[in-house]
Amino acid sequence: MLPPPIADYAVIGDCRSAALISREGSIDWLCLPRFDSPSVFASILDPDRGGRFLIRPTGPSTVVRRYIEDTNVLETTFTTASGVLRTTDVMPVDSEAAKARELWPDHEILRRIECLAGEVQVQVLFAPRFEYGRIPPRIDSRRAGLFYCEHGARELSLATDMPLAAGAEQRTLAGAERLTAGGRRYFSMTYAHAMPGVLAPLGAEADRRIERSIAWWQEWAAACRYQGPYRQAVMRSALVLKLLSYSPSGAIIAAPTTSLPEKIGGVRNWDYRYCWLRDASLTLRALCDLGFEVEAESFLSWLLHATHLTWPRVRMVYGVFGESKLAERELTSLSGYQDSRRVRIGNLAAEQLQLDTYGELLESAFVWLSRGGTLDRASRSNLVELGRAVCQHWREPDDGIWERRAGRRHHTHSKVMCWLALDRLLKLHASGHLRVPEQDFSRERDALRVEIEGRGFNGRLGSYVSAFDGDEVDASLLVLPLHGYTAADSSRMRSTCDRIRECLGVDSLLFRYRESDGLPAGEGAFGICGFWETECRVLQNRRAAAGRQFEDLLGMANDLGLFAEEIDPHTHAALGNFPQALTHVGLINAALTLEQADRA
Amino acid sequence: MNVTSIVLWGFVATIALTTIMAVSHGVGLTRISIPFLLGTIITPNRDRALVTGVAFHIINGWMFAFLYAAILEAFGRTDAWIGAGIGFAQALFVLAVGMPLLPGVHPRMVSEYYGPTPNRRLQPPGFMALNYWRQTPIVTIAAHVVYGAIIGGLYELASN
Repeated sequence: MLPPPIADYAVIGDCRSAALISREGSIDWLCLPRFDSPSVFASILDPDRGGRFLIRPTGPSTVVRRYIEDTNVLETTFTTASGVLRTTDVMPVDSEAAKARELWPDHEILRRIECLAGEVQVQVLFAPRFEYGRIPPRIDSRRAGLFYCEHGARELSLATDMPLAAGAEQRTLAGAERLTAGGRRYFSMTYAHAMPGVLAPLGAEADRRIERSIAWWQEWAAACRYQGPYRQAVMRSALVLKLLSYSPSGAIIAAPTTSLPEKIGGVRNWDYRYCWLRDASLTLRALCDLGFEVEAESFLSWLLHATHLTWPRVRMVYGVFGESKLAERELTSLSGYQDSRRVRIGNLAAEQLQLDTYGELLESAFVWLSRGGTLDRASRSNLVELGRAVCQHWREPDDGIWERRAGRRHHTHSKVMCWLALDRLLKLHASGHLRVPEQDFSRERDALRVEIEGRGFNGRLGSYVSAFDGDEVDASLLVLPLHGYTAADSSRMRSTCDRIRECLGVDSLLFRYRESDGLPAGEGAFGICGFWETECRVLQNRRAAAGRQFEDLLGMANDLGLFAEEIDPHTHAALGNFPQALTHVGLINAALTLEQADRA
Repeated sequence: MNVTSIVLWGFVATIALTTIMAVSHGVGLTRISIPFLLGTIITPNRDRALVTGVAFHIINGWMFAFLYAAILEAFGRTDAWIGAGIGFAQALFVLAVGMPLLPGVHPRMVSEYYGPTPNRRLQPPGFMALNYWRQTPIVTIAAHVVYGAIIGGLYELASN
């Protein structure tokens, strides 16, 4: 049995963990208690052994899904020959004040089914598997409608008002029931770790938790300032970013999944349940410009303090609490998404050197401070230390923004981000936000520009190039004008954009590069690169082309507006981990740039 | 209890403990800063919190020295190993019991159940303070063992 296409999934979450639900009503991915914890359901990576929680009508049906407006509450409507069934899936949320007034489970997944018309035979399968499918726990019953299973100090409970029975060896629960119009059933799965479990009531109380979650999300979404023509897509992207934020620390993870392949059957399968710094400044800009300043502040605080362990060196990826060593290992117990091996947990990229992260951090701080934000003395002093680290290391080769595993080079993008780091420090010095060794930083910044313009630009091609003295282009060069290194309509940047389109473009999409990167060839077009090109086109006064491209790209999202990391250039199928913060950050920033251009 | 002796060696031990923790923090062995955690109980201002916290921590360490002295008096002898053992026990208690409880009493710290409201406050330390990096328990235990060893080895019993 094959898992459904990646784009067939929806995501729900509570800002500490997230679940992927297929169009067929199956929770095929869930890690608890954190995004990067071992899985409880992982049938997306192995339909036989991964574990799942399925609720759907028996027999064929047509499926329509939507998120309730401005929320992460999912509604799926199944229309069968005999009737209509609606499921509502949510990981309940509420304000901290409300949660302090009553006892809440550590985590809950609440599923409600309602027969809207006619009658529908519903089938349920509950098959939790701890530790990435390795542990099929024994499911016991405490009383009618209450089941539980344990692994070590972890306990899952399932409360339901639908009759279920344990299957062979009590490793699964299954049941079927015919619902008639107006009939409702509830499923509340709760999780506890090293503490007594908290059971959440069903019936009217469950309805109330759904309503409160809807109200919480809508209240949160109301802070969004974007009023342009793409509000729905922008709002969905903002909700995805929020869903991928880890509230206890403020980190924002790249995606809630691991090892969804960049090529079906390929080896480019990575664990993305960590926080990458490569898009930090763009994420911060998106949050600030949309009006989510608290999230922006929280994220910046995480950037500055959670990364303390490695200062003044900055790694490219960290765990949600700032863990800097994310040992990578292969899970041989899982067959992989559509047999795409390897299945990996942890990420070796954490060991790589990526000089652009300095620019990302300092640009983030610059955006924050220049919008009236404040930083304490220790943080300001740390920023200056970062500048010194840039001066010390920028002449070294690095692994580059795309984490190539083909050896270090002098990546033009990385050097530009080093330039940006020093430029932002000097600007903050000029505005009185902090004190830097002005002469030293100015000298190094100017030296960087000389190197970039001399060796990062290939006069024969008329284009900036991926690495110094090279002749290949790379889509990361599109961010040069977005960070203010050069004007988008400068002759060098215009010809670079043309060259990138010529070499890397397929319709409205862009590959990130074409060179060998040390791994077997084959990956999709990279989602965010198309949005970067849209922004460049706007800044080059090519508004109409930018608008067409943006709308083309929006058409490649799934039915819920979600993007993966990559897109198959021919079928437009989603590839790679899902949903992907980076792509949604690109969408938001492109929409904001289009809106600003229209207002201007 | 030999008050003069415990005031002197309690102070020395506290300075040693604070220095070990600060150096470990500075060189990136851990993200824990006990003075910072203590200081932010009183003020949200990071700069002031650190100063207040260091003062608070030193007084705290000094006071704890009297408890160590009382235990040594109960043993009827002094020994660096006994002191180190008391330090080990205290560190273990702080890490295993105190740290997980901290979000419940610290006015500016969230718990691991926090969310989806964004966190503008301190991250929770978690069991054994492992959220502040996996070497945190080792550093904390080492610092307290040194603290205890100094008192245990250098304190003079009142009966001597």
